[in-house]
Amino acid sequence: MVDVTSGRLTAPVVVVARHQYIAFAVMMAFFVVAPFFVYPIFLMKALCFALFACAFNLLIGYAGLLSFGHAMFMGSASYAAAYVAKEGLSIESLRILSITIPIHLHLPPFPPELAILFGTACSGVLGIVAGKLAIKRQGIYFAMITLALAQMIYFFCLQAKFTGGEDGIQKVPRGHLFGTIDLGNDLTLYFFVLAVFLFGFLLIYRTIHSPFGQVLKAIRENEPRAVSLGYRADHYKLIAFVLSATLAGLAGATKAIVFQLASLTDVNWPMSGEVVLMTLLGGLGTVFGPVAGAFIVISLENYLAQLGAWVTIVQGIIFVVCVLTFRRGVIGELGRILKKSL
Amino acid sequence: MKFTRIFTLAAVVALCAGAASAQNTDGVVKIGILTDMSSLYTDLAGSGSVLAARLAVEDFKAAEKGLKVEVISADHQNKPDVGSSVARQWFDVDKVDVIVDTPNSGVALAVNQVTKEKNKVFLVSGAAASDLTGPQCSSNTIHWTYDTWALANGTGNAIVKTGGDSWFFLTADYAFGLALERDTEAVVLKNGGKVLGKVRHPLNTADFSSFLLQAQASKAKIIGLANAGGDTTNSIKQAAEFGIVKGGQSLAGLLVFLTDVHGLGLETAQGLIMTEAWYWDMNDNNRAFAKRMAAGNKGIYPTMVHAGVYSAVTHYLKAVEALKSDADGSAVVAKMKATPTDDPLFGKGTIRQDGRKIHDMYLFEVKKPSESKGPWDYYKLRATIPADQAFRPVNAGNCPLVKG
Amino acid sequence: MIELLGISPQALFGQLLIGLINGSFYAILSLGLAVIFGLLNIINFTHGAQYMMGAFCAWFLLQYAGLSYWWALILAPLAVGITGIVIERLFLKQLYKLDHLYGLLLTFGIALIVEGLFRNEFGSSGQPYRIPGELTGGNNLGFMFLPNYRAWVVLASLGVCLATWYVIERTKLGSYLRAATENPALVQAFGVNVPRMITLTYGFGVALAAFAGVLAAPIYQVSPQMGSNLIIVVFAVVVIGGMGSIMGSIVTGFALGVIEGLTKVFYPEASNTVIFVIMAIVLLIKPAGLFGRAH
Repeated sequence: MVDVTSGRLTAPVVVVARHQYIAFAVMMAFFVVAPFFVYPIFLMKALCFALFACAFNLLIGYAGLLSFGHAMFMGSASYAAAYVAKEGLSIESLRILSITIPIHLHLPPFPPELAILFGTACSGVLGIVAGKLAIKRQGIYFAMITLALAQMIYFFCLQAKFTGGEDGIQKVPRGHLFGTIDLGNDLTLYFFVLAVFLFGFLLIYRTIHSPFGQVLKAIRENEPRAVSLGYRADHYKLIAFVLSATLAGLAGATKAIVFQLASLTDVNWPMSGEVVLMTLLGGLGTVFGPVAGAFIVISLENYLAQLGAWVTIVQGIIFVVCVLTFRRGVIGELGRILKKSL
Repeated sequence: MKFTRIFTLAAVVALCAGAASAQNTDGVVKIGILTDMSSLYTDLAGSGSVLAARLAVEDFKAAEKGLKVEVISADHQNKPDVGSSVARQWFDVDKVDVIVDTPNSGVALAVNQVTKEKNKVFLVSGAAASDLTGPQCSSNTIHWTYDTWALANGTGNAIVKTGGDSWFFLTADYAFGLALERDTEAVVLKNGGKVLGKVRHPLNTADFSSFLLQAQASKAKIIGLANAGGDTTNSIKQAAEFGIVKGGQSLAGLLVFLTDVHGLGLETAQGLIMTEAWYWDMNDNNRAFAKRMAAGNKGIYPTMVHAGVYSAVTHYLKAVEALKSDADGSAVVAKMKATPTDDPLFGKGTIRQDGRKIHDMYLFEVKKPSESKGPWDYYKLRATIPADQAFRPVNAGNCPLVKG
Repeated sequence: MIELLGISPQALFGQLLIGLINGSFYAILSLGLAVIFGLLNIINFTHGAQYMMGAFCAWFLLQYAGLSYWWALILAPLAVGITGIVIERLFLKQLYKLDHLYGLLLTFGIALIVEGLFRNEFGSSGQPYRIPGELTGGNNLGFMFLPNYRAWVVLASLGVCLATWYVIERTKLGSYLRAATENPALVQAFGVNVPRMITLTYGFGVALAAFAGVLAAPIYQVSPQMGSNLIIVVFAVVVIGGMGSIMGSIVTGFALGVIEGLTKVFYPEASNTVIFVIMAIVLLIKPAGLFGRAH
């Protein structure tokens, strides 16, 4: 929950409590029952974004770093996964300056689980590079640097051959999971996506409640003090950044398989803004906030799709309202009413 | 303060719950206009396309013929992922039978794929990609109004034949721009012209001056603009500023719409040559349609995309009426292909095996301000490209549906 | 004629000059951001939208009031500046005690609203705006044809940038401003109305953006999304320069415009990314930016 009185963006140290298990059980029950009543593809989209928002929240809510370029991880992973799932991977040789290293690597199209893994790994690598640069500055600068790096990746994706420019990579096969389970069926795919989401969600949950998470919060609260206690602040921040980037990539890669499509939308800056919106609306630094925020924003877009430019206007209004009067977000506010941290 | 918060919370929860419920209608012909309502192509398609479809339904007198027709619309925001997910949801949940319009080639290709998978109908008016009737052709899709090949062919041919034999391309650096450049270059070379150079600019460039300087230095007679939307209008505007047209070079807009010319103003756009499938001031039918469209669409006169939507919806309703069913998408498309088209805006025409609608195309030149007699009086006709020459030959597109 | 790396000197000089013109926009916009940041500690994400509002304002004035470009050059920054003041009074003021990132989020939200409203109202084809009669035509400089209007853009922006620099660095008003940046409480204690100064500073920064918008109107289409892509590049410019110094942001703006121009000659494919690459390099070597102070 956000400590509004001190005006911090971030959450106080949370003790794992019984009510969080209850909240988790409620969420699980909803996810298991929902696809029988709600359109499964809508749910899968919301789940992917929920994971994306959770990954983003790890960075802002627990490390105090506002990334305005998280789309680059989501997008690059979704391109990488879509590409290998559709075309496979073939690298004839690698040229570094004038040295050519023959590789002769030719792999057939990847099954969905490997494609997702590959995409996730790509975003992890990108996360290391971007993180090394971005954590050199804090606060507003960090936000602007991540935004600028993401814009660079966007232009790269726009011009690179393999991304298909503004058409994106289309007709990505959903394939068979582990060679046996047909993901063509929406319901089967839904439970696969749910499993991926749970994996990411629980990993984040474990991370923020581990000693590593505690150090992260210490750095966020008072970096010089944490450094004087012997913690290598940059090191911790980088690890958090890479973890966040990797999980954002996992969300992007999964989304590519669900929609059979990877496109520029996922790397462009409005996507980075959207994930900020989801997390802010749901509640920065809450465990369940990003999930709720993602579901609300995706439903809203679904609703307003017919109204054209109103989508952006309403998004803008939500931003303004959240920042001015609703800083705890939906789940944070709910937690305040229930007097429990969610 | 507290009240506001609780209220916001309640509103949000209500919204979320509402999204989950889905409507379910059947026995109704449901037409979904999937278009750009918020960005680059809003004016040339957008709400005008929705209106055009409504007018088509109205003129078809569907109710009297016992057909229940409903028109709904959505914004794809120029994003293939948004487009494909709206299409999926429309087919799966909202029982939409046909999707119409869809400017933006990327989105159109994505919807094309979903439509095939769900065996519904897709009528393309706004998108340009000639791949829709080429390698990506489908027995559920008809490409109605125009395509990159037709534009390149019309404009390229006419210009080379009237002496514009040396070209320099200003190309938007992505799939669509490259396709347009490739198709036009082929036409120019075939007619004995030559290409002196080309420069690729990134999508949504604000400043074209450096690219225009290169074009100027090439001394090419024609500068071909293989780009679209804001990129085209910006490059035309800046070309005027750098005295390119006054210096004796001409601009050829490969994809320019009436609304773009309106945005540029005649002062800047005069002399521009382009190929289009339809223009409002060509006959009385068109003028009457334009008047109805302008009245209902913020005074914007219809583009060829709007006219294409009208024509396509009309023909679709005819086929559904004849079949007495809209259930089987490929059957409806087969019926549409088997029936010659005939409507007030495009006159008589046919639909080819590969899904290409065939009609005349026209080469227009933008009038000088002094020649324009009223609002939206922008084009003069330079040439008519007969239907049998206007589009890519049926066997040259690598469409799997074409046998032999 | 000497050929340099296969590029004729004509082309090279031409592109350098064009780079300088683009740099003018970077300079005014990054200057506005720096002025606002200096006092408010807020990165004004609405800057791009306000640039667009400036251009639209010029268009309104011509379309509905028949007022020429020269009037627009004064009235548009004034009008947009006033909307900026309203935003500051209504919204931003409430956030000064909070984390600065909230300011970023709020201005981002406002930018979305403004752009959405304009797009709803005016579509996105863009509105035409003609170059004022006095500045049409151009001169052949031998190596290139320089439109008069472009020359005017460079001069006007240089003038505005230097005037701003002079006011902030060399006048009494500027010294209050700089003092308030360092220690607002102390300046307040000396009897200076700091909150009002903050409001006016935001209004001024916004007016600079609108001024750039009016300058841009005759060159680029006046369209709702004209600001959103530009602003990200300007952010990178600001990161490269560091926001510590007024002169720094002006110099960086012009310099990066020129570098971008050179890239268009030697390696056009990278012209969109070159500024971001430079940003990455600067961050590796001098994380605080070229003219920035390390905190």
